[in-house]
Amino acid sequence: MSKEPVAVVGIGQTKHVAARRDVSIAGLVREAARRALDDAELTWADIDAVVIGKAPDFFEGVMMPELYLADALGAVGKPMLRVHTAGSVGGSTALVAAQLVAARVHGTVLTLAFEKQSESNAMWGLSLPIPFQQPLLAGAGGFFAPHVRAYMRRSGAPDTVGSLVAYKDRRNALKNPWAHLHEHDITLEKVQASPMLWDPIRYSETCPSSDGACAMVLTDRAGAARAPRPPAWLLGGAMRSEPTLFAGKDAVSPRAGRDCAADVYRQAGVTDPRRDIDAVEMYVPFSWYEPMWLENLGFADEGEGWKLTEAGVTELDGDLPVNMSGGVLSTNPIGASGMIRFAEAALQVRGLAGEHQVERARKVLGHAYGGGSQFFSMWLVGARPPES
Amino acid sequence: MTRDIAVVAFAQTDVRRTTDELSEVEMLMPVLHSVLDRTGLKTADIGFTCSGSSDYLAGRAFSFTLALDGVGAWPPISESHVETDGAWALYEAWTKLLTGDADTALVYSYGKSSPGSLRDVLTRQLDPYYVAPLWPDSVALAALQAQALIDAGDTDESALAAIGTRSRRVATLNSHAQIRGPVPQGDYVVRPLRTGDCPPVGDGAAAVILAAGERARELCSRPAWIRGIDHRIEAHSLGVRDLTDSPSTRLAAERAGAFERPVDTAELHAPFSAQEVVLRKALRLDDSVRVNLSGGAIAANPMMAAGLIRVGEAAARVHRGESDRALAHATSGPCLQQNLVAVLEGEPR
Repeated sequence: MSKEPVAVVGIGQTKHVAARRDVSIAGLVREAARRALDDAELTWADIDAVVIGKAPDFFEGVMMPELYLADALGAVGKPMLRVHTAGSVGGSTALVAAQLVAARVHGTVLTLAFEKQSESNAMWGLSLPIPFQQPLLAGAGGFFAPHVRAYMRRSGAPDTVGSLVAYKDRRNALKNPWAHLHEHDITLEKVQASPMLWDPIRYSETCPSSDGACAMVLTDRAGAARAPRPPAWLLGGAMRSEPTLFAGKDAVSPRAGRDCAADVYRQAGVTDPRRDIDAVEMYVPFSWYEPMWLENLGFADEGEGWKLTEAGVTELDGDLPVNMSGGVLSTNPIGASGMIRFAEAALQVRGLAGEHQVERARKVLGHAYGGGSQFFSMWLVGARPPES
Repeated sequence: MTRDIAVVAFAQTDVRRTTDELSEVEMLMPVLHSVLDRTGLKTADIGFTCSGSSDYLAGRAFSFTLALDGVGAWPPISESHVETDGAWALYEAWTKLLTGDADTALVYSYGKSSPGSLRDVLTRQLDPYYVAPLWPDSVALAALQAQALIDAGDTDESALAAIGTRSRRVATLNSHAQIRGPVPQGDYVVRPLRTGDCPPVGDGAAAVILAAGERARELCSRPAWIRGIDHRIEAHSLGVRDLTDSPSTRLAAERAGAFERPVDTAELHAPFSAQEVVLRKALRLDDSVRVNLSGGAIAANPMMAAGLIRVGEAAARVHRGESDRALAHATSGPCLQQNLVAVLEGEPR
């Protein structure tokens, strides 16, 4: 009994912006789906099932919007499954779709994630107070800033590391036509001079609010053989969850993240991620999460992640490029942000990342997290199919 | 790849009109303990966990994270969540077990409809630009469907009343049901639907454990093997649908193998009386099939759990030897927009 190999043969994104007032939610998702189908040179009729994800329904003010989106995504008469796992949802959605192919339930699946933040107000969507329950704080930065501070204290990292990440990601975004922020006049000094929002996180070290969608076509071995462009092959994928708050939780390097990465590496036969993996698209909504996740994912020893960032290892031309697309720091349609990481990883191994392509990217990790650093989803994709 | 997967345990709460004294987690916890106790499994033994719930019922974003804290996700677990009825969480868990990545799965779902006005809340499911601003509520839309059936000659008001009456009569044998025994058919809520044609609004939770192959036999003396499961969605706009029919149910049933051999039992997720008429037709159920011996959703309709309860009720009958081949159906969206069908079988006794 073996799983069917899963290939990514189509990828589509919208141009991510602050507000897509020219399209409805249906129009937005259809645009991304259409581009993914075009990339795969497939039609709606070739799709067996649709798996859709997004962050909380309050972000648009539509309850279970997949019902309304069935027509726009060509899902009528097909199975349509809606996934919701907090900020990791874009990644989780792709993994659920991949599972349908791996289990041979379906041959070709369209998966899509979106957020149209301009329809509503995400910050207040996250801030509904209920007595006797732990509310998320208004604005995610307030929740994560203390964890960043804890990392700085633990690792002894210099204060400037966060600004280096932001400066890098915003420059990378200039090479990605789909990215939301295109700050052509960005300088390190400007990042370091931007207002402090949640100490130690500055305005320019924070993700934007975006409208956007990302779609992928996943298929089996036979589908990959028919694909007009090189596929990306799924070498390993996993999800892990842990509680929000509990005594002994390591908010800086959560065990769920470490376990999730270990599961992916085991599936893919990766023994030394620093050596075996060529690049990473990781979920960095606040700059300091780059060094934090470098450690959590096993690319650096504990307390050493910031040294990779400082030495330029994670730059586009570095030894381990991170967030070649500009990352969440440059584009954040929340529910789609995880899938964009997964899709950008696949673009790299397909050699189709354009100006932000990393040379010889054979194995690339896509990473997403959500909630109070408690939901993780990751996949490792490769240019060659898994050895069976 | 073929792998036999079965429902090996099922538990549910009593469904109640209000549960003001309980949080969602407190409502859910006894069900989780109960379903685990039935198999002797602990949280740490479970290979995959998947849940279904809705933020719009909870009135807050990320409401499912609170339930996760209750599950006891430590050490970290492999886990996922669907923003819909738990029957679709079961579907996702079934695919996970099919891949061989896990041998057991815990599936749970819950909904508290009592804090808000459910009829108003459900209008937020509709097309946000052209329909939701008009606030057509769930009963009004179901009434359109009922009237279409009456106009087509498929039923009449007295036949609809009989469906509700029969369902609540058999619900007297189901201690978890919210409405048990006869109630007056009452006035029109929205013509042609009267009180007796409509489901009660209530709060509840349910949980199921799935297991693969030999593991299922270890955990249950008569596993309810999932011989087929499939789900399909229809167009959202009511104007382009034939509300007297349910092609998505029929297609899902075909894909699940429901028509290959007759079933002896069916649990249909038909919150409104007229929807049972639609589903019986789509599923070709004749009088030889025992339909909704639990009382069905018209006797207890906890949102996000009522579909999973249909699967659980059907499985429990197989477990008890009361059914050899049962069909379970779940629905989501207005007027049966999305439908799931599972076929469950017990091994010969």
